[in-house]
Amino acid sequence: MLRSVFVVVGLAVGASAVLAQANSISERRDTMKAVGAATRDGAAMAKGEAPFDAAKAQAVFKTYGDAAKKMPGFYPESAKTGGETTAAPKIWEDQAGFKAAFAKFEADAAKGATATDLAGFKTAFGDATKNCGACHEVYRIKK
Amino acid sequence: MRRLLITLLVFIALGIAGFFVLTDPRVVSPGPEIGTLPAPDIENGKLLFAAGGCASCHATPGQDDKTRLGGGLELGSPFGKFHVPNISPHTRDGIGNWGTADFIQAMAAGVSPAGQHLYPSFPYTSYRLMTPKALADLLAYIRTLPAVEGKAPPHELPFPFNIRRMVGGWKLLFFDGAPFKPDPTKSDEWNRGAYLVNGPGHCAECHSSRNQFGAIVQATRFAGGPDPEGKGWVPNITQAENGLGKWSKSEIAELLKSGFTPNFDSVGGSMAAVVRNMALLPEADRLAMAEYLKSLPAVQGPSRPQAK
Repeated sequence: MLRSVFVVVGLAVGASAVLAQANSISERRDTMKAVGAATRDGAAMAKGEAPFDAAKAQAVFKTYGDAAKKMPGFYPESAKTGGETTAAPKIWEDQAGFKAAFAKFEADAAKGATATDLAGFKTAFGDATKNCGACHEVYRIKK
Repeated sequence: MRRLLITLLVFIALGIAGFFVLTDPRVVSPGPEIGTLPAPDIENGKLLFAAGGCASCHATPGQDDKTRLGGGLELGSPFGKFHVPNISPHTRDGIGNWGTADFIQAMAAGVSPAGQHLYPSFPYTSYRLMTPKALADLLAYIRTLPAVEGKAPPHELPFPFNIRRMVGGWKLLFFDGAPFKPDPTKSDEWNRGAYLVNGPGHCAECHSSRNQFGAIVQATRFAGGPDPEGKGWVPNITQAENGLGKWSKSEIAELLKSGFTPNFDSVGGSMAAVVRNMALLPEADRLAMAEYLKSLPAVQGPSRPQAK
């Protein structure tokens, strides 16, 4: 009886670890996809391909801010590899730097929240999106 | 019996002598004819410095000033560890004592002023496409940058890769020292792009797979492969379906400027530094590179390992 309890518990722990890994990887992927979609909207306005819309601009920075808050939590030790992840080992070697990079992204996104016209939006959008390449350079492997 | 032994020794001696003659830097990779050069164009040198990504490898790591070329970056490879040298104009530790001919010799033929082979981890295999005039411009720009003290440690290469003469044999097999020749049947834009991509941009050095001797496999040039620096996978940039086949010319130029793919993903790893450099070029140059890349036939490279 006791043994089967152990087996069940053991299986449950194993299964949830696998699940947690898969969840973390898909959650960080979905979050980054949302950031990409927001960047598409933002870039269209910044380049003048779409008219400037203050509400849309705010939505872009809100997506960035929300992602910056959530992202560092999606990298547990159990989700270093798996799926088609392009997470670099450096994330776990330098957690402080990794978190600081997201803190900077969050701060830059917050600055955008005060932009009310196209010129202000362009500046804030440019600053915020510089974080993409800067962070990927260090914490992402090529794919 | 004795005669056989002598014959054998003679052959061995001839073999060794042949190796020494053939792998002599001046024999296997003579530098280009320089002729008389006009006064250097420092602005052009600055552009080539960006296009060549010189700072990506040679800037002193751990500080933000990309014009401090003190070297010291560690570059991994299947053959051992390379330590990138100081190319700042410092007269003792950098290349401050190099003449224009020395610099052209190193960039176009892979030979140091001391007459030794340079390892092809330094992509002179691509840089050789730049003309002596362009290289003189580049050196003139580097001379305007700060002199940085300090030498990088020597490369850590196991035997036999630590013998520079071996590079002579490698050059014999794989090195073509010719400068860029425009294709008159193609547009000026295409030729400019071909020059930037294959020459200073040295895109193929990462975006191709290599054989067991570390030379680019020409049949799958630009078709991607495992990251030579270690982890990850370098994408196919030919017109293959899984390459840039579906990308428009302006989308390729946009990636080179901002780092964003058509899906607004942002490129990572060492490509981020490449983008920072390419962003410094005029838009016309990025479009020219895109024009050339759009002309590359679809080629499949090595297949990516399956995801676990």
